[in-house]
Amino acid sequence: MSKPTNPPCGGPRPGAGRPPGEPTKVIRLPLRLVPAVQALASAPPGVRMPHPAASHLALPMFGHKVRAGFPSPADDYVEAWLDLNEHLVTHKDATFFVQATGDSMTGAGIQEGNLLVVDRALEARHRDIVIAVVDGEMTVKRLDKRRGRIRLLAENPAYAPIEFQDGQELTVWGVVTSVIQRFKR
Amino acid sequence: MTFALVDGNNFYVSCERVFNPRLEGRPMVVLSNNDGCVVARSAEVKALDVKMGMPWYQLKDLAARHNILALSSNYPLYADMSNRMMGVLGSYSPEQEIYSIDECFLRLDGFAADGLAAMGQRIRRQVRQWVGIPVCVGIAATKTLAKLANHCAKKNLAGADGVCNFGQIRADELTALFDRIQVNEVWGVGRRLTGTLAGMGIATVRALRDADPALIRREASVVLERTVRELRGVSCLALEDVAPNKQQIMSSRSFGEYVYALADLEQAVSTYCARAAESLRRQRSLANAVQVSIRTNPFSERQPQYQRGITVPLTQATSDTMRLTRAALLGLKRIYRPGFAYQKAGVMLMDLHSEDQVQGVLFAAAAPARPALMDVIDRANARWGGGTLKLASEGVKKPWQMKREWVTPSYTTRWDELPRVS
Repeated sequence: MSKPTNPPCGGPRPGAGRPPGEPTKVIRLPLRLVPAVQALASAPPGVRMPHPAASHLALPMFGHKVRAGFPSPADDYVEAWLDLNEHLVTHKDATFFVQATGDSMTGAGIQEGNLLVVDRALEARHRDIVIAVVDGEMTVKRLDKRRGRIRLLAENPAYAPIEFQDGQELTVWGVVTSVIQRFKR
Repeated sequence: MTFALVDGNNFYVSCERVFNPRLEGRPMVVLSNNDGCVVARSAEVKALDVKMGMPWYQLKDLAARHNILALSSNYPLYADMSNRMMGVLGSYSPEQEIYSIDECFLRLDGFAADGLAAMGQRIRRQVRQWVGIPVCVGIAATKTLAKLANHCAKKNLAGADGVCNFGQIRADELTALFDRIQVNEVWGVGRRLTGTLAGMGIATVRALRDADPALIRREASVVLERTVRELRGVSCLALEDVAPNKQQIMSSRSFGEYVYALADLEQAVSTYCARAAESLRRQRSLANAVQVSIRTNPFSERQPQYQRGITVPLTQATSDTMRLTRAALLGLKRIYRPGFAYQKAGVMLMDLHSEDQVQGVLFAAAAPARPALMDVIDRANARWGGGTLKLASEGVKKPWQMKREWVTPSYTTRWDELPRVS
């Protein structure tokens, strides 16, 4: 019995075998993690890569530089950003903005072009500034309810009060809670 | 269990009237995109027997005779008013299902049965005052019955002042009421089912309620069997509080005028694609394929007809407007044939999945995602109006753009279009 001889074409093949240098290990990964792992591998040592599916996280901002030794005494007082909506809008779903035109309410500080914040959730009371519907038009006036008599007053002597007769119904569209006047853009 | 179904009366018309009180009492309609068909009718117009979906041009004579006003649809306004209405309604129950732009279900368990009608009145008053929209309220033990109770409230068949609580109606009275209502008023019973049921001798709500569930299941479907049980007061349908993400996103429009050239179609397709991609990113999904379709006007019999769609698969799921648009335009080039008067194009993003389930690509380098760029585009368009930032392929003049001749201002969503009050 003769031993099988190796084929003559044998011998070391270039590139075969374990690569020289650092030892390696084969691992199995879900395909979706491949980019993250590659990024991690190519990052300089010590750099932490964010998880690819990381979601946004808002953190409070501290308004001082880090200094060794003394923590800022203000750190205990980190507060929320002041939001004008919160200041001006009480009933979000019932609040509308309208633009004032004309000069009938200048005495109340409402100028042409001002933005009015209107809250429909409020019941209109005597002396409130309201948006009312008169003859199908929306108008801003001061509501005057005295001795069972309802009137809409302008805040400008050039305009006569709007009187409501018996049986004539006043429709209040909403109550004006603020006026916003910009001086500069 | 107790459910309420609250829905806005003539919702689009009511939204318009909030900002134009003068329109109160005037017969009016709101028209679909391109001012084509009636999509909302005021009570005055319903009384003139104008049907939903009627083309406006067929109504011109009637409109002239009765001084009917037609407005183009103002969806930014309706969407904002809907959000406000739903916000108010949501305060009445921890469980709310927003079923459509103008209606929602509420769970009202745990309230005394005799107080529910009063609560319905409070709901009505509050929505009317806060938002300006008149609503009707139907209250019953199941969703299907609540829908029907709402119908009764609206048509004034039962209940009072726009509120109908089936829980307060005696059993024999309810049976008599159901005897008077046609079966097609039942939620989920459409035209075809009505035909099937007619063949079985079922014409009224009462007949359907009293039908043998097994028979209904055999002759119609399991779904309708469930409807029968719901009509009997057995709750089978729960509230779906979170609207599931859409499985596909469609953006299609008819053109304002016929379009012949590929270049114009490319603009339209780019525009629709950008809009669809924006919705896709809003629901945090990625698309795996883009379908693009074009067609001529099927109602114009004298013109040669052509209609075709094609689906372009993507090598990697994306929500990037540029990559989606490139795919859509590629598809468009394949299906475009010169010599036709095109009336409509559409883009559908398909095979959607959530952003966080990303699959790697096997044979190509992953295309760079540009989430930051897309985010900037979305925010700029939200802040300064749609189309502020867009791809050049959308075009500038857009001769094909939708006709909206009689559209009212975006009173609640744009600073430069606020209502003006003197």
